[in-house]
Amino acid sequence: MTDRHQTRDARRDEDDLAPGIAEPAESRTGVAIAGYLVGLALSIVLTVASFYTLGTPLVWHEAIPIALVVLAIAQIGVHLVFFLHMTTAPDNTNNALALAFGVLIVILIIAGSLWIMDHLNHNMLTMHQVMRTQP
Amino acid sequence: MSANAATFVGDADPYRIGRAHAEARPRDATGHGEGGPASKRVIIGYGFWIFLMSDIVMFSCFFAAHAVLQTATAGGPAGRDLFDPHRVAVETACLLLSSFTCGMSAVATRARNALWTQVSLLVTGLLGLAFLFLEGSDFTSMIAHGAGPQRSAFLSSFFALVGCHGLHVSAGVLWIGTMMAQLVVKGFRADILRRLLCFRLFWHTLDIIWVAIFTVVYLIGLGR
Repeated sequence: MTDRHQTRDARRDEDDLAPGIAEPAESRTGVAIAGYLVGLALSIVLTVASFYTLGTPLVWHEAIPIALVVLAIAQIGVHLVFFLHMTTAPDNTNNALALAFGVLIVILIIAGSLWIMDHLNHNMLTMHQVMRTQP
Repeated sequence: MSANAATFVGDADPYRIGRAHAEARPRDATGHGEGGPASKRVIIGYGFWIFLMSDIVMFSCFFAAHAVLQTATAGGPAGRDLFDPHRVAVETACLLLSSFTCGMSAVATRARNALWTQVSLLVTGLLGLAFLFLEGSDFTSMIAHGAGPQRSAFLSSFFALVGCHGLHVSAGVLWIGTMMAQLVVKGFRADILRRLLCFRLFWHTLDIIWVAIFTVVYLIGLGR
């Protein structure tokens, strides 16, 4: 690769955006650090809320797992926005689409497994019932 | 060529897809559309993002197995007998703070500050090592108390999922050391910057997976 190509490569690398890179608008160091601090603060709040939810009488006992999952999804969103810099900017369209497809597959695998295995467990006789069917 | 590029500046289509934020600059189109092909940094970031998505899909299989087998303790210890929420909180703090210092290294790299890039990468690696140490001592004490992966289906799926995440963190710590050495030897070259970008994507993604692990495995496991 010639020297001219090298420098042009480096310059265009600087111009473009990808996940993990902040917007040019926040290229000033102070603003960029503030963005990460906001992400850290939100993550700490959500994490503390998760650990607090575990032992609290404020949430109905049966609903605690659902509350925990909701808090986790919120925190994953915070990480995507403030740490991975997922945006809807034109250069991020492909990344956002890959993320959407990944989320679809993850939901299919986890929800499908839970659904199918739950049905199997319901339809399977327990050891006690097997004993009773014996003559 | 530069004269050609200059004529394109005025009549750029503001609604075209791709090539954001480059409106004010003259472009050197190379025959792949108005702005030329995307830069290496965007393409490499996209390719590595696709790898990370496939990694997350692999993790989702381990998560599905663990969610299905969470009650299959075969008369052995369950989550509330094994997990200590305080240790999990410390491990979570280690990874969350390391994600933050990893972001700080990105800021330092953009400012081309070698010292602060190295310092923040070092802190990130040390926090990763602290996490690995806590998790390793957790695993060894569980195995010493007869709660190894062969005890029940629940524990098999637990060690597979959490151990797989631990292996990823170990690989990430090795990667940090490699990048610190490459920064010393090669400096802020374009290819080194792209490798740093991939590493940061990897590390932040590991933290996202840990959020799912401490929620699904530890907190929901403790509540059962």
